[in-house]
Amino acid sequence: MRLSCTVNGEKREVENVWEGESLLYVLRERMGLYGSKNACEQGECGSCSVYLDGTLVCSCLVLAGQAEGCEILTVEGLAEDERLHPVQEAFVEAGAVQCGFCTPGFVVATHDLLQRNITPSEAEIREALAGNLCRCTGYEKILDAVRLAAERMAAS
Amino acid sequence: MSMITGAPGRAIGTPLDRIDGPQKVTGEAPYAYEHHVESPLYLYPLQSDIARGRITHIDASAAEALPGVVIVITHENAPRLADTSDKEYAVLQSEEVAFRGQFIGAVVAETFETARHAAHLVEISYDEEPHDAVLRADRDDLYVPEQVNAGFPTDTEEGDFEVAYASAAVKLDETYTTPMEHNNPMEPHTTVAVWREGDLTLYESTQGAHPVRRTVAQVFGLDQKRVNVVAPYVGGGFGSKGLPHANTILAALAAQMIEGRPIKFALTRQQMFSCVGYRTPTIQRIRLGADEEGHLTAISHDAIVQTAKIKEFAEQAAVATRMMYATESRRTTHRVAALDVAVPSWMRAPGEAPGMFALESAMDEMAIACGLDPIEFRIRNEPEIDAETGLPYSSRNLVACLREGARRFGWESRDSTPRARREGRWLVGSGVASSTYPVFRLPGSRARVRYEGEGRYAVEIGAADIGTGTWTTLTQIAADALGVGVGEIGLRIGDTTLPQASVEGGSTGITMWGSTIFEAARVFRERHGQNPSEGDEVEAGTPENPETENYAMHAFGAYFAEARVDADTAEVRIPRMTGVFAVGRIINAKTARSQFIGGMTMGLSMALHEESVVDPRFGHVVNHDFAEYHIPTNADVGEIEVSWIEEEDPHVNPMGSKGIGEIGIVGSSAAVANAVYHATGVRVRDLPITPDKLLPL
Repeated sequence: MRLSCTVNGEKREVENVWEGESLLYVLRERMGLYGSKNACEQGECGSCSVYLDGTLVCSCLVLAGQAEGCEILTVEGLAEDERLHPVQEAFVEAGAVQCGFCTPGFVVATHDLLQRNITPSEAEIREALAGNLCRCTGYEKILDAVRLAAERMAAS
Repeated sequence: MSMITGAPGRAIGTPLDRIDGPQKVTGEAPYAYEHHVESPLYLYPLQSDIARGRITHIDASAAEALPGVVIVITHENAPRLADTSDKEYAVLQSEEVAFRGQFIGAVVAETFETARHAAHLVEISYDEEPHDAVLRADRDDLYVPEQVNAGFPTDTEEGDFEVAYASAAVKLDETYTTPMEHNNPMEPHTTVAVWREGDLTLYESTQGAHPVRRTVAQVFGLDQKRVNVVAPYVGGGFGSKGLPHANTILAALAAQMIEGRPIKFALTRQQMFSCVGYRTPTIQRIRLGADEEGHLTAISHDAIVQTAKIKEFAEQAAVATRMMYATESRRTTHRVAALDVAVPSWMRAPGEAPGMFALESAMDEMAIACGLDPIEFRIRNEPEIDAETGLPYSSRNLVACLREGARRFGWESRDSTPRARREGRWLVGSGVASSTYPVFRLPGSRARVRYEGEGRYAVEIGAADIGTGTWTTLTQIAADALGVGVGEIGLRIGDTTLPQASVEGGSTGITMWGSTIFEAARVFRERHGQNPSEGDEVEAGTPENPETENYAMHAFGAYFAEARVDADTAEVRIPRMTGVFAVGRIINAKTARSQFIGGMTMGLSMALHEESVVDPRFGHVVNHDFAEYHIPTNADVGEIEVSWIEEEDPHVNPMGSKGIGEIGIVGSSAAVANAVYHATGVRVRDLPITPDKLLPL
């Protein structure tokens, strides 16, 4: 099939897409957007998190055909010009990044949380990130990064 | 973007933000699968459905007929490898099957899903033989390996253990077991192989670009100069990417058969449970004898581990017991069962992680038997010198870690009686354990320093950053070694076109690469002075450290854990842990803290969650994905407080630092187990501590 969608504000058309492919595969292998990661293929780890028409999804669980006509926002679309998004800045500053493979998923999930709720409670932060696995950090610094980003975004 | 700034000569010790942070949070850092290559093909492996036997027939016609399929590779058409002495790397070289899930072929196609679909259309017939994939202590075929991992002697004996144990006033004789565990870095093992005009390029997910090049060149009979390995960013490893595995060879084989087209091969999460290493299950008998005052007089640690029939890996589970505590007599042994299983390998702190679970659980039990506080019991048995080598320690601050941890955790107010505290439905307790990890050395690194004008220096070494922070910490080290600010350093790592570097393993990265950079900087200043000309360059190798003849070098730490156990369901929660480390100088407080917390979390995970369950009927891991192989989510991890004591150790290396990548997991599982005992009165000696092992409470 031919897939037409908008990715990070840009109209994209891709030919010869098999309907059964995942959106993640299309983003990575057909569009060269490698920011979303493939780490489990089954929606357990959240590394492939993107927005699909404003809803946070695991793009490994979305069929390419389901993305037809949709607006997709990936981790590559969060920074504006050369400036990191406050969530991205907070992840670097708080030391929330190690190997970085889960990081884009956490960044997108955090972005989604803070879009909806700029003053999340501890429980709300933990719940929002419940679908994201990290093997390196033990989460502590990731939670710090979310708090830092929330604080800064609320202040601005 | 974060700025890199800093005064000359003072970069080590500052909590510099990760240099690679901005690329990682924007998704721009290219991992192995993500380098741009023209017209790639996709590989999906065929894996054996039996654990032992021979392939008798392969029918690939349906797969080959599928549009988009380029080739089906099996042992019948695969090129012969030049060196098949290492059977793990002898991929598609015969019809023999040595374990379930072994690579027996591959489909290469224009898209990944085509390759995956076609792989399921290949029909394979086998002549199946009975297999044996389960480790037991009562096997009659356990053997004595020549040595154990990292080159340690298999067995040791000091004094007369039997006599001392027989006459001990207080005795303990218990067996502790740990299950098979899988490393599961977030980034699956990946190779993108390009074979063009006799040159092989591998974009590889690895802890060591140069070691991969050496292995691949040898297996394929290539001059090392014809093989280039590129790995600037790696999504975790924890040991499983320390040595190349069969997946790398399989991708290179396919590239050799389809010259000019890049072959992309990333394992799926499920495939990672079959062929890229794992931690062996262990069965460990510990016997401790002590006098009436609680001084240990006899220690023995007998470890049983498994390996594959095709290749030996003997995990050194009893090695830490050789140096941890003072005693009059000591014996350690390792026995190995060779099974029809995949090859075990390194997983974060091989040896120490399972071994210290056993020893530190036993120490807790023995402290109770001696009527002593577990901290006091450990302090009472603190050795003056390293019993294994007879050398003094370059620094050993275990006691300081225990005391500082006790203060931070609030140990003093603890009632030592088990099951003495209950808060509603929760049984509450606390536990302590010690930690240690050796300061290993690996030879063979080289570093290059070049002046690029306008105050800037290029510093090049083929080192790896698997998430540990190498990009940042080596920049800090290079800045201090050259006496300039970090902003003046342009570091290049992760590529075999750079001077060769040792593997990121055994927590040796900073010790070896940092020492080598210091040496290159020293030689550079000696030759070119403080005002070099543009293009001035030197390359230098790792210097010897004569102090290794004079001192035993180890890092130490202490953990404290609070456990809350549901009195009805036996659900275990760990709301807080405290870790205190004595690891020499900390290069970067920010990256170090995160590594310690991550290591302790992996220890918590080892204590409560991780277990690869093998089905003995088929010989494979049943729970082979993130739905069933449990690692902690953020809800499983409470507050983890990490600190370190100021430790000056001028003997270990020019930075005064000890490796920190692995020590965090060593013993933290025992702290959790000891806390669970204190909360419930139930001693679980078989990891992971799941509710079924605690009930009825």
